[in-house]
Amino acid sequence: MLDTTGTPPQTLPNAPGVGYKPQHFAAIMEDPAPVEWLEIHAENYMGDGGRPLAQLRHLAERFPISVHGVGLSIGGADPLDTDHLKRLKHLCDWLNPASFSEHLAWSTHEGFYLNDLIALPYTEETVTRVADHVAQVQDILGRKMLLENPSSYLAFAESTYSETDFLTEVVARTGCGLLLDINNVFISATNQKTGAIDYIDAFPLDHVGEFHLGGHDQDTDDTGAPLLIDSHGREVADPVWALFDYTLSKTGARPALIEWDANVPEWPELAAEAARAATILQKAPA
Amino acid sequence: MSRQSEFAQAILNPDLPVPEGLQNPEGAPAGKRFSVYRNNVAVSLSEALEVTFPVIRKLVGDEFFKAMAGVFLRQHQPNSPVLMFYGAEMPAFLEGFEPVAHLGYLPDIARIELALCRSYHAADTPPLDPTALQAIAPDDLLKTRLHLAPPVHLVHSKWPVGSIFHANSSGDTPPTEMHPEDILITRPEFDPQVTVLPSGAGAFIAALIDNATLGDALKQATITSGDFDLTETLGLLLSAGAITKISKGT
Amino acid sequence: MSYHVKSLAVAGAIAAALTAQMTTPAAAAAKEKCYGVALAGQNDCKAGAGTTCAGTSKVDYQGNAFSLVPAGTCASIELPEGRMGSLEELDRDVPS
Repeated sequence: MLDTTGTPPQTLPNAPGVGYKPQHFAAIMEDPAPVEWLEIHAENYMGDGGRPLAQLRHLAERFPISVHGVGLSIGGADPLDTDHLKRLKHLCDWLNPASFSEHLAWSTHEGFYLNDLIALPYTEETVTRVADHVAQVQDILGRKMLLENPSSYLAFAESTYSETDFLTEVVARTGCGLLLDINNVFISATNQKTGAIDYIDAFPLDHVGEFHLGGHDQDTDDTGAPLLIDSHGREVADPVWALFDYTLSKTGARPALIEWDANVPEWPELAAEAARAATILQKAPA
Repeated sequence: MSRQSEFAQAILNPDLPVPEGLQNPEGAPAGKRFSVYRNNVAVSLSEALEVTFPVIRKLVGDEFFKAMAGVFLRQHQPNSPVLMFYGAEMPAFLEGFEPVAHLGYLPDIARIELALCRSYHAADTPPLDPTALQAIAPDDLLKTRLHLAPPVHLVHSKWPVGSIFHANSSGDTPPTEMHPEDILITRPEFDPQVTVLPSGAGAFIAALIDNATLGDALKQATITSGDFDLTETLGLLLSAGAITKISKGT
Repeated sequence: MSYHVKSLAVAGAIAAALTAQMTTPAAAAAKEKCYGVALAGQNDCKAGAGTTCAGTSKVDYQGNAFSLVPAGTCASIELPEGRMGSLEELDRDVPS
């Protein structure tokens, strides 16, 4: 199928990318600007053939691809699903993507997949588990992975690490990189009544290989306090753009992805979001 | 019970209390915040089922489908994170789901939709060059085996499910008479097709799938149907790229 | 029918099927098929909007609380309810 033999591993450019949706295939092939790279959800490309893989083969000939897993359950208390690791390895070996990333969350328990990125407490036990799992993934895939900060809706009484300290520790133990989801930072800070700027200031920014930017929904909890939901169903909110701008002032330009997974718009609207990211990336320090 | 077991059970069963030790920023119980996970799991799995079963959804209506999906997903969580194959239990579920007991054809519609989904993602195999068939000596033909492509699936039904399927996907007139149909799913290039098979063709193709020789498949077809038309069925298979290779039998 | 006669009949059927193939307008082989309608992927990483409805209103089917009735296009499909008397239950054969 895709012949990547001998091609050097690409890296993601310090430019906007978008989460690939099949309905945008023709528009992307015709005029992708300002989008320079694409991200796919790994699990949607784990069939044996057909149009999904054929489209991906065409896209990979033109764009660096980021493979973003949503189902590995790295924070799961059970051992990682070795069948799923094999599927991921098969996909990554075939595609030779510019990046592979997954989430600091769990989703599979006792063999059943709940299809959500569920929070975990930050303790000695979980930091060891997550670091072991990340190391196992990197070992099997033969590549460095990026681990993404989650959206949080609640706190665990038993947590002893802050999220930023937890991620710093996982990086130290495994050498993995990080995917910093700016929208998730804003959601978590709002939901937990903490400071989003403080979070960015405490984050191990040197290890960030990619940013995510997505839209969220607004709700309230039982006490009437704001509760933001990571819906990926609308444009990126203004305070999230401001937080992105602030973060880039510290990191310089890095690959930045627009995620739009629900109520997916026509290509021009998605490209406009990418253009907004491009404007901020272009004025970031080199 | 472990933390994640407790979490998982409470997510799937909203009658259970929110697990202890989950808090809002003031240290009070998380309450509704936990419902974010309950909602995500139910909504996302229901949406995955909507992608796989659009015709079932159309047949029973959106509101009913959502409610039924809520029952299904609490009985059958995915056993893999690869959701393109989620819902394999749907035909059996529908057979036992009392509110659709009067719609006897639904389980077979679900079988068609599952087969379409598997066909869509099946391996790409180049179709046989039809002239290869001509190169076989007539006396070897009956011992020859025709191998079908990975996207090819067959559904036998005692209901006119192919006609019902087409009426709900391409706007054909729904059937008004009860009759059995054999349905072939093929994938010329990338788009799976649903074909209602002519008489005897279902038995013939089922035999080919079971690795029978052409002679044995023909025997099965003629036992099943007095007017099986080999030319028509071969034409159908060849034009859909459903045959990938031939091998000489012993 | 002798083996030989039967073989010839099959050869004839194959020849006829091939002839029909040749006269069918060839599928646009060169056309890029990737552009066709692609199914949405079932996996993504969005959260369902809101906190109510699907997750919290558990439909207790066991408790007979499932009161909905199908209300889609099935209402317009009129098939006799009676069993197909002579037709035996057919095996379902969906190859993997």
